[in-house]
Amino acid sequence: MSPLKHHVATEDRVPGLASERHPPRPKPLLAIEHLTKHFPLKGGLFGRTSAVVQAVDDVSFVVERGETLGIVGESGCGKSTTARLLMHLIKPDRGSIVFDGQTVGVPEGLSQRELHRQMQMVFQDSYASLNPRLPVAMSIAFGPFVHGLGRTAALLRAADLLNAVGLEPALFADRYPHELSGGQRQRINVARALALEPRIVILDEAVSALDKSVEAQVLNLLADLKVRFDLTYIFISHDLNVVRYISDRVMVMYLGKVVEIGPVDRVYRDPQHPYTRALLSAMPSMDPRRRTRQAPLSGDPPNPVRPPSGCRFRTRCPLAEAICEQAPPALLASDTARAVACHMHVPASGHTQAATPGAE
Amino acid sequence: MSQVQADTPTATEPVVSVEDLHVRFLMREATVAAINGVSFELEAGQVLGILGESGSGKSVTLRSLMRLLPPARTRMEGRIRIAGHEITAMDEAQLRRVRGAKVAMIFQEPMVALDPVFTIGVQIAETIVRHEGISYRAANQRALELLEMVQIPSAARRLKSYPHEMSGGMRQRAMIALALSCRPMVLLADEPTTALDVTVQIQIILLLRQLQQELGMAVIFVTHDVGVAIEVADRIAVMYAGRFVEVGPTEKVVDTPAHPYTAALLTSTVLGSTFGKRLEAIPGTPPDLRALPAGCSFAARCRHTQERCRVRMPPEAALAPGRMTRCVRVADGELDLGSPNLGERNIAKP
Repeated sequence: MSPLKHHVATEDRVPGLASERHPPRPKPLLAIEHLTKHFPLKGGLFGRTSAVVQAVDDVSFVVERGETLGIVGESGCGKSTTARLLMHLIKPDRGSIVFDGQTVGVPEGLSQRELHRQMQMVFQDSYASLNPRLPVAMSIAFGPFVHGLGRTAALLRAADLLNAVGLEPALFADRYPHELSGGQRQRINVARALALEPRIVILDEAVSALDKSVEAQVLNLLADLKVRFDLTYIFISHDLNVVRYISDRVMVMYLGKVVEIGPVDRVYRDPQHPYTRALLSAMPSMDPRRRTRQAPLSGDPPNPVRPPSGCRFRTRCPLAEAICEQAPPALLASDTARAVACHMHVPASGHTQAATPGAE
Repeated sequence: MSQVQADTPTATEPVVSVEDLHVRFLMREATVAAINGVSFELEAGQVLGILGESGSGKSVTLRSLMRLLPPARTRMEGRIRIAGHEITAMDEAQLRRVRGAKVAMIFQEPMVALDPVFTIGVQIAETIVRHEGISYRAANQRALELLEMVQIPSAARRLKSYPHEMSGGMRQRAMIALALSCRPMVLLADEPTTALDVTVQIQIILLLRQLQQELGMAVIFVTHDVGVAIEVADRIAVMYAGRFVEVGPTEKVVDTPAHPYTAALLTSTVLGSTFGKRLEAIPGTPPDLRALPAGCSFAARCRHTQERCRVRMPPEAALAPGRMTRCVRVADGELDLGSPNLGERNIAKP
């Protein structure tokens, strides 16, 4: 076992990582440790497991009270699987989710039912997430009703929420999902997510299917609701512009791993991981005089079924060296607010660009 | 064949010219006015980007150029000429000879264009043999060159691949190779990068730009993404409710948008907007194409709407050579385009 493997060990990981802006902080609202989900691929005559998709692999992070954490990455990076694991819509293979000090899914901790009261989710497909045979007010009232609120009270709450998302209840309460536009349907989904008065809302590509002019309306609405209901958001998107606009902190994922996390302005201004840098410079230029000349990366992201050994990004990384193939880099705090998983940022990792201890 | 090749375009004629195109779809309960008077010209070697939101008619415009719309339910008026051919007057047999040979199309979803049961090599060679009547041996050789041209690694091996064996970006490249197999003069691109990851998207954009320059093709690139349009287009046409509301050189349209919709589209996108600052959203939704308002179709959402906007659709007003908009304020010189009204917008790339 090489001494480098030591860095992979758990002691210097991020869970303690807290934003430096408001020290000292109480416990984070949500703490995720070593979250892992591998999907077996069944195949062949006897349905044997032929391969394993490492969708989310040893992911740890925290979500602070009242912040918006953006999660970005390309398809297959595990950002949506992470969201579903947080909601316990799928069971993690390993790892723990601690909500406000209570561990989720253990006998003396928080039950899944309680968790859903506290944490709700809005999906990308606004139509598929509503019952087509239910008027939208009923869809919104359904959650509170199931959780014990009376029928009339639940419908009153639905009307209040319709108002809150900018849809006149008298006009919209009795409509069916197919009678609404995409933007209006997504407002209904937001209202439904808020019906149980959750503290965290996970927005999984919630504005990605909307037209730009409507997207701006919904983003403004989300900003208003956050203040009004004192919410915490986890905002998942492939759109780097939107994430920059809405997030306080951003987490970058690649093939099931967290590669970088930190305050959004600093990460966008000074990305430390080579993948984050490539991702940001692949964004279309907004200046016709300064068009992109060269693609930062070639080829597609590798298949998460057989991710590369060591650092998963090394096959596309322009700075990869021998060490990157041998050991996966740990996600190390580079200062109090940021963390990056790259051998170049691990002192004495063996990468030629890594800082050598004692040199500074 | 000889009849089709007879009328090749003269040097002065634009390779694409569209005059007052109207497209309506007859549905059982209503008629949808998808295109309501689109006219434009495109010269060889030029890239026109059509920018618009869903339902604005940008894809319908492209499909009309190749007459790909279902004939039974479509009513088309106006005149379309591509590479000297009168597209609007052609029958199916004539169209088959023009499609692929003179004008080709690539799509958002490559599986629309690729056949899942044949290898990439067979599909490309088949197309070439059918259109040009050369031998399969020669066609296979050309297929190999095409895969190399679109920068597919180990092209010889990939000729024998089926579409499902390829990644998304590779499939997109294979579809581009197929579209270019008969050296078309015009390439129509319908959101070809929308479904791709951002790092792959930029590769495809750069590839298309390079091929367009090397082959001297005219390209019409349809997209909903302002950034993508800026990366590819020489000229941008902004489309709303089935009409071009503004056309001009990319730099001019981005720097000094003349139509309120263009300006709103540029500011409502979250381009480098500061965190915590509200976005200038466009209120409301696009008009119902089954019952378009009498006046300007953007009037209901526009912040500058006046009485006369609701009377009739403003005609195309020329601002400069190659620059046009449909807005009463510009026609009257009410709007000064000398001063950029996007001063606050930060267009720096991180």
